[in-house]
Amino acid sequence: MNARFGFPRPLLSLTLLLVWLMLNGLSAGHGVLGLIMAWGLPLFTRDLWPDSPTVKKPWRLLLYFARMMVDIIQASLTVARLVLNPSRQPKPSFVSYPLTLEHPLAITLLAGTISLTPGTVSADISDDRKLLLIHALDELDDKSLIEAIHNRYEKPLLEIFQ
Amino acid sequence: MITVALHITIALITLAVLLNVFRLVRGPDSTDRVLALDTLYINAIALILLLGIELGTRLYLEAALLIAVMGFVGTVALAKYLKRGSVIE
Amino acid sequence: MPLIAELSISILLVIGGVFALTGAIGLARLPDFYTRLHGPTKATTVGVGSIALASVVYFATSNARYDLIELLIMVFLFLTAPISANFLAKAAMHLKVKTTDDTRGHPWDQ
Repeated sequence: MNARFGFPRPLLSLTLLLVWLMLNGLSAGHGVLGLIMAWGLPLFTRDLWPDSPTVKKPWRLLLYFARMMVDIIQASLTVARLVLNPSRQPKPSFVSYPLTLEHPLAITLLAGTISLTPGTVSADISDDRKLLLIHALDELDDKSLIEAIHNRYEKPLLEIFQ
Repeated sequence: MITVALHITIALITLAVLLNVFRLVRGPDSTDRVLALDTLYINAIALILLLGIELGTRLYLEAALLIAVMGFVGTVALAKYLKRGSVIE
Repeated sequence: MPLIAELSISILLVIGGVFALTGAIGLARLPDFYTRLHGPTKATTVGVGSIALASVVYFATSNARYDLIELLIMVFLFLTAPISANFLAKAAMHLKVKTTDDTRGHPWDQ
């Protein structure tokens, strides 16, 4: 199919179709309408989208999201334990995390993961995109936190995007 | 069994809403108040979902989806206003 | 309705309520803004996600409609929670919100 009239962004088209069907229910009519939108919307908004990174291993991305879900539940339990124990005061700290990822989308994914998972919230990124400022709720050892994030989240993302 | 669980959950969420209102009134910083508003709309979504189960209707779900979208936009706009002094530059 | 569905709906509902309440307690109890940010971003999001799942299971077993708006709400909340937390943290750093005394390290000012 010609690039001008085909599907410039297959993943976006698929997402649009899925969201449309989830919103309106599974039926033939909405399937057709969803397909029209999945074809038309990416085509008309083509110029507005920034460069997408090349996802080399899509199935690894699915694995990453699955592991993230488990970690999110675990992180909520940790936060809950800390919050519900009245005798315990948290030991917060700000940590600068050195980034090795380069693509903006990959960095956004990492920052989102950090915010949702291990007792940390990503707060800011330096102007040259080399450092990420992280606020940890209850952390005594900055080195091991940086290492844990690097091994558990950044390495898989590096493999997926670069 | 579902009815009992539903009523317990409504009580828990209502308590959560009260705590959020406490933080909203108390402050002390404007960022705290925006954070309280953010949590408040998420809890409102939970209450709408629970109401839907209680009444056995799916009519309210679209309202919940709209609150999720608008609440996010509102939080971002307020945070941006706090940071820059204007929402749209 | 089968017992297993009833059981899982009830458990998901109560777990969701407890998590949402935990997030709110964190918001009310923790000492400074940056620590308060943790409760709503993690616990409350997971709590509402769990309630949404309960709603999916409930309507899947009780009537025959095939839309999944609850799942959309859940995905949307999980996507937006870190973003709004990030925006608020940036605003707080700009306004130089006070941190507790036992915080190690300090926010940047750019």
